[in-house]
Amino acid sequence: MTLALDKPRSPRRPAARRSNFEMISWLFMRISGMALVVLVLGHLFIMNILDDGVHRINFAFVAGRWSSPFWQFWDLSMLWLAEIHGGNGLRTVINDYARKDSTRFWLKMMLYVSMVLILALGSYVIFTFDPDISAN
Amino acid sequence: MTAATVAESAGARGDQPPVPEGAVTITVKILRFNPEIDSEPRWETFGVPALPTDRVLNLLHYIKWYFDGTLTFRRSCAHGICGSDAMQINGVNRLACKVLVKDLMAAKGKQTTITVAPIKGLPVHKDLLVDMEPFMEAFKAVKPFLITYGNEPTRERIQSAADRERFDDTTKCILCACCTTSCPVFWNEGSYFGPAAIVNAHRFIFDSRDEGAQERLDILNDAEGVWRCRTTFNCTDACPRGIQVTKAIQEVKRALLFRR
Repeated sequence: MTLALDKPRSPRRPAARRSNFEMISWLFMRISGMALVVLVLGHLFIMNILDDGVHRINFAFVAGRWSSPFWQFWDLSMLWLAEIHGGNGLRTVINDYARKDSTRFWLKMMLYVSMVLILALGSYVIFTFDPDISAN
Repeated sequence: MTAATVAESAGARGDQPPVPEGAVTITVKILRFNPEIDSEPRWETFGVPALPTDRVLNLLHYIKWYFDGTLTFRRSCAHGICGSDAMQINGVNRLACKVLVKDLMAAKGKQTTITVAPIKGLPVHKDLLVDMEPFMEAFKAVKPFLITYGNEPTRERIQSAADRERFDDTTKCILCACCTTSCPVFWNEGSYFGPAAIVNAHRFIFDSRDEGAQERLDILNDAEGVWRCRTTFNCTDACPRGIQVTKAIQEVKRALLFRR
């Protein structure tokens, strides 16, 4: 059946896809943002201000912290939330500013690949960190 | 320009009328574009005698009638009701018929310059005349009409004053496109619905007589829907009817978050 259109050549947009992806990513940005305020400010305080600040940070300091599951969980959640929060923010920036569909596609592919690499590498280090590793 | 050439161009009204007492000469800088000659838009400046009580639309009329009849812009009612003459005046989207010259006057003794450009984000046909079709397409896509199912009532559809109040603000929209073309998300190449379409969806989503809210919410839940809003409030600032546009968009977001 053909539709009777009063303006057959006027632009039309495709039907809604009934996906909640944009809503969930919007909600994620709000929730992760609030969590990151605590996680990142706490991290900066511990690393830069408490005791001697940056001067006491060395291998032993990191090893000592990561011996506790609490700090492992803190750093892991900070890694995942910050990476996905920032990645999603960049995704919307790319959506806004890319002029061509092919540019948009390749920029997003670069973004997603870098996100996966950083998340995988970071999680791998946190989970498999060995405090007794030899210097050589 | 001589009287003869003025008479030749369309819309011209012959010789200039006598300048009224108390008039000052205003520099009007217009971003013009003639698709038959120009490859790029260009600024053109006119010196127009104006009273402080004149509207910017009067200045444009003066230019069209006495200086250059080829100046092209939309206007219909000239009283802020039809929404035809939305343009960027001194960098902000306004209706030319609602902005008074006295509100744009420079400090005493300084020359007043008023810049007028077409609204942004829509293809320019000529001078201040833009193609409204992408804007209207977004408007039509949200189904801006009453949707009901089941048998029609034998009497009118009754609504309480409180139910009417719920969407009162968004009934004021005149589709001038001031809000949508002030939105930085709309300026990009995508097809974001834009504030005006969301305002008109809001008008029906929150109407107690309407039964199509879920359909409209589905449409606005899409990739180009309300979630692209960055809450910059440009739309609220631009609206000549004073609609709380960003608030309406937020209410649609909230309805999506908490539906069912």
